[in-house]
Amino acid sequence: MNLTIIKPKKTFSWNDLKEIWQYKELLYFFTWRDIKVRYKQTVIGVLWAIFQPFMTMVVFSVFFGKFAQMPSDGIPYPIFVYTGLLLWQFFSSALSETSNCLISNQAIITKVYFPRLILPISSVATKLVDFAIASVILVGLMAYYNYLPNLAGLLIIPLLLLITFMASVGLGLFLASINVKYRDVRYALPFFIQMLLFVTPVIYPASIAGKYSWILAINPMTGVIKAARSAILGGAPINWELLAISGVTCFVLLVFGIIYFKKTERYFADIV
Amino acid sequence: MNPIIEVKNISKKYNITHQQGGYVALRDVLTNVAKRPFAFLKHKAKQAVGKAGKEEFWALKDINFTVEKGEAIGIIGANGAGKSTLLKILTGITPPTTGEIRMQGSVASLLEVGTGFHPELTGRENIFLNGAILGMAKKEISDKFNDIVKFSGVEKFIDTPVKRYSSGMYVRLAFSVAAHMEPDILLVDEVLAVGDAEFQKKCLGKMDEVTKQAGRTILFVSHNMSAVQRLCPKTILLEKGKIKKFGKTEEVIEVYLHTTRSNAIVEYKKPQNTDKVAFIQKIKILNKEKVPSTQIPINENLFIEIEYQINKDIENALLSVVFNFEGNMLLVSSPSDTNGELINFNAGNYITTVEIPKFLFNVGHLTCDISITKQKPCIEFLDRKQDVSFEILNVKNPRANIFGGKNFGKISSILNYETKIL
Repeated sequence: MNLTIIKPKKTFSWNDLKEIWQYKELLYFFTWRDIKVRYKQTVIGVLWAIFQPFMTMVVFSVFFGKFAQMPSDGIPYPIFVYTGLLLWQFFSSALSETSNCLISNQAIITKVYFPRLILPISSVATKLVDFAIASVILVGLMAYYNYLPNLAGLLIIPLLLLITFMASVGLGLFLASINVKYRDVRYALPFFIQMLLFVTPVIYPASIAGKYSWILAINPMTGVIKAARSAILGGAPINWELLAISGVTCFVLLVFGIIYFKKTERYFADIV
Repeated sequence: MNPIIEVKNISKKYNITHQQGGYVALRDVLTNVAKRPFAFLKHKAKQAVGKAGKEEFWALKDINFTVEKGEAIGIIGANGAGKSTLLKILTGITPPTTGEIRMQGSVASLLEVGTGFHPELTGRENIFLNGAILGMAKKEISDKFNDIVKFSGVEKFIDTPVKRYSSGMYVRLAFSVAAHMEPDILLVDEVLAVGDAEFQKKCLGKMDEVTKQAGRTILFVSHNMSAVQRLCPKTILLEKGKIKKFGKTEEVIEVYLHTTRSNAIVEYKKPQNTDKVAFIQKIKILNKEKVPSTQIPINENLFIEIEYQINKDIENALLSVVFNFEGNMLLVSSPSDTNGELINFNAGNYITTVEIPKFLFNVGHLTCDISITKQKPCIEFLDRKQDVSFEILNVKNPRANIFGGKNFGKISSILNYETKIL
């Protein structure tokens, strides 16, 4: 028989992770709900997941690729920008979804107990599905430009997704906890994400910054997007050192995110 | 054997933040900032680190009790006594500030019917989602799916989004999911207050079945005394965050009903600069022991005490008390009923008490309007106070046994019957 003990909450213990595993079905159902509900009562439904990044790519290709003659390391600009956009949109949408997950589920949080960490994880999982759907376009683009991808490079994608996952969840956990108390996050975040797009080499190659490219390297998404381009599209070899730095940074971010989240978790239900 | 629930020294503290000066307009904030920028920053900084104007409030203080397996325990108390906080701590939604709770076996909570129901999803999808939120495994839900649908009675609409459901259907489906949980310990908040009377009865029946036949342990928070009485042999009475009494339900309800309640005394402030001829100052609802209480068992007398001021001699006045039930006028009564004569008041302070016999009104919420009028030459309201309310409770009601707890009719007078064998 299982014994439940309720005590004043401590900050963090390994049991918390075990608990998430126990609640994996709920995690599945939250993700399932978000995917099901998202495109209900829309005409083109799930096509929105493709339409958005596709149109962004078209606009960027016309303005930055054609008119501004942005360099793209010798790769057709649409493919170049789309590879970056895919990862970028995964990161930014996961981040904003995670930051709002506690607020948007407040009715459940105040009525039922479950490990709260499930909510941010499921928000990111939802976005992963979008990512997979939108990737179809990349395949189409490559076929159109007769561009043969580096198939061995595809193996690195799970690693890149893991790093992006850690970055968005780690940062998202901070923001979600703050958002419970200070709704300022809701207003600051879209603006912040927009700014962040320009300091991430999505539209332009990282090489454009010349000797200042180390500034870009502070942004963990730089390493991820650069590695994705090198691996899938070829060109420059993967900069493992940069990728390792990104990975470690994101991991640290995630750990601190979890600790902060757990620390503030106990009053979520009281003040959300 | 160990008790199934052991609650030791549970306390819960809340910090109440006082905002500076209450609600202020943006314009005021801006002028304030411009005038005293540093004071404003200091205050904001204090607020951010959480040190500004905080007051501690103990919602629960040193709660201790144990529950044995298979017991159903009611939790009652006035609003703000800490019932819901206690339940939230037991479910783990919010942690206690001090103390410890040990519970053996699986725990499920029902603080609201339909937690997590999503309007866009169909009935079928919501059963799975809601079931998972309530802690059921996917397989368990699939196994019970047909029973759940059948109990809810919404078979026809099971593939319709629940946003198109009527509120009754919605509640039925939601409750039906909850009713099919099979935890060892079930924690239930005031969830039966929703739904129509017929459905409430069905729910109570289901819960009865759960405790008595399946041997579940239930903690049941409610305002509905008759439901508590029906379900729970033992009850906890909370008052201001402490356990006031824990024992047999009947005794605990007795204590609860005879505690002074503030809203049983209504006082009115006299508006300034008026030349009111008559003014009603205070209205009290008293139970049979003349203790203020708004909750009166159906088999006990109650009193209404009216204090009023007459500022000038009045002739041909009438003090009247009107009882309303569900918005309908049920009874108009006055002291003049006995002899059919109006009253002549001399200036002064008066107090009038009226006794209402037991079994006059049926179970439910009643409101009374009290007025002093001058009847001649024409009807003129000198003062009138409305909506003083009290509740007739379905406890110790002999007829509740006959009609399965239902109350028919608006008045409840017991008449004399004489039966002879021919």
